[in-house]
Amino acid sequence: MSVATEIIAPPPQSAAARLADGLWRRPGLVVALLLAPALLWLAVVYLGSLATLLRQSFFSLEEFSGLVVEDYTLSTYAELLQPSNFEIIKRTVLMAAAVSVASAIVGFPIAYVAARYARGAWKAAFYIAVMLPLWSSYLVKVYAWKLILAREGILTWTFGKLGLGFVLDGLLALPGVGGGSLSTSYIGTFLVFLYIWLPYMILPTQAALERVPGSLINASSDLGATPWATFRHVILPLAAPGIVAGSIFTFSLTLGDYIIPQVIGSGRYFIGQAVYVQQGTAGNIPLAAAFTVVPIVIMGVYLAVARKLGAFDAL
Amino acid sequence: MTAFSGKRFMRSEGSLAVKIAAAAGLAFLLAPLAIIFVYAFTTEERSFVWPPPGLTLKWFGVTWDRPDVWAALMLSVRVAAVATILALVLGTLTAMAVSRSRFFGRDAVSLLVILPIALPGIITGIALRSAFATFDIPFSFWTIVVGHATFCIVVVYNNAVARLRRLSGSLVEASMDLGADSFQTFRHVVLPNVGTALLAGGMLAFALSFDEVIVTTFTAGQQQTLPLWMLEELIRPRQRPVTNVVAMAVVAVTFVPILLAFLLTGADEQTAATTK
Repeated sequence: MSVATEIIAPPPQSAAARLADGLWRRPGLVVALLLAPALLWLAVVYLGSLATLLRQSFFSLEEFSGLVVEDYTLSTYAELLQPSNFEIIKRTVLMAAAVSVASAIVGFPIAYVAARYARGAWKAAFYIAVMLPLWSSYLVKVYAWKLILAREGILTWTFGKLGLGFVLDGLLALPGVGGGSLSTSYIGTFLVFLYIWLPYMILPTQAALERVPGSLINASSDLGATPWATFRHVILPLAAPGIVAGSIFTFSLTLGDYIIPQVIGSGRYFIGQAVYVQQGTAGNIPLAAAFTVVPIVIMGVYLAVARKLGAFDAL
Repeated sequence: MTAFSGKRFMRSEGSLAVKIAAAAGLAFLLAPLAIIFVYAFTTEERSFVWPPPGLTLKWFGVTWDRPDVWAALMLSVRVAAVATILALVLGTLTAMAVSRSRFFGRDAVSLLVILPIALPGIITGIALRSAFATFDIPFSFWTIVVGHATFCIVVVYNNAVARLRRLSGSLVEASMDLGADSFQTFRHVVLPNVGTALLAGGMLAFALSFDEVIVTTFTAGQQQTLPLWMLEELIRPRQRPVTNVVAMAVVAVTFVPILLAFLLTGADEQTAATTK
């Protein structure tokens, strides 16, 4: 009897091995243990902070004392609809839309050539050319554009050398988007936004294009389609989820940015700047909080539409 | 890799226009970074005049002797190091949970990890600040780290998930069949396979934290990281040539993690991880 037990008994185990065996039998527990640290962190630090912020947006500011009244009210949200505040929201959304459309147009050829023609060393070169501006310091990029757009900077000089100075002056004289120099006009703000978020458009577009089978394009041209028809009816519909996915980034990032329009722009506020000023010098935390709800709601709607268009599968 | 092998379309006149547009786009992406390098050597002190009236190395020495630049740099490095370690631990664990099984709320977990970077940074920033104010937490080194770790998790997570998907489940099963327990399997089979992806994710997280300015404005109080120093110079310039040199140094330093991340994981995995 005792001999038999000795033979059957497994070799003595270390505590760690016993623990490992115990965990192996409970895969659910393992998943829970793996998830717990990050979920706790994100739920407490991130969602907790978001909740405190949202709560603030239902408070209001006592007009005379400048103190926050901690009674729940919707009056702060009503303030958003005042013409001066609503202008800020409209301006920001228009800029985000313009930047998204432009980056889709500028980014597509790059993504297309990178996905279709680039091989080996060229593939690496395209990767570096997109990744380097993506990962380079945000402020350094903004700074570079300040150098480029300054009145005495490169663009003015280039236009002058080409004898096209009048084109630049004409652009700056345009009502609404013009200004004293490129670095103090909406055109300048737009160019910098376009530059800084462009890689975020290129990468998902390229990923979507890489999944388009070459045989589809062959089939299209075999059946007599012109290159334009192939592009219009085969490539574009298949790349569309990638473009929409990219536009999530370009749109969201433009909505929330407050540094670019502050450094390069006409001085008129965007949502991000309004938030920054309201919570800082103006001390109106409830209004600042209500302003941050605007991009959250817009992005919520945007994401819901993007999901319908299949952009999440392309992410 | 076999995508787009259509020879006929390639020869058509349309493709030349596309290639020219792509080349122009790449020039648009890279030229501003090149310009930073030229301006670091300019002799002009007060304006951004182009072309530079002369070239000098003088400003490199001046920048080297500036204690405020060094202090900001050291703070940025310390914050990025701690935030990266936190993000590595949290991101890897979550990636293992998500890739090893399908469970209820799996999509919600992915969404929660991505949210801090999907919503505009200013929201994360002001939310953290209002939480710090509500609970009377004074600004410190740790308030900056908390903000940075929150949005760095996703970078590590994406890199780890991309690699774990490629890791064949039969490798793990073989290890267990041969008598290794879960910890030994993790140590000797999983870790060597995902190691380079984690290293790449860690470096990108470091780069992200090192460069972050929007969230940091709200969580730093009076402290100055290198990006905050840069922002101050952008809005209220004191000595432009010093800013030029710092900007050039920052671009040059960013080359390193991008190249290493590329060499460690390959272009396809990086494209997938960055866009996911």
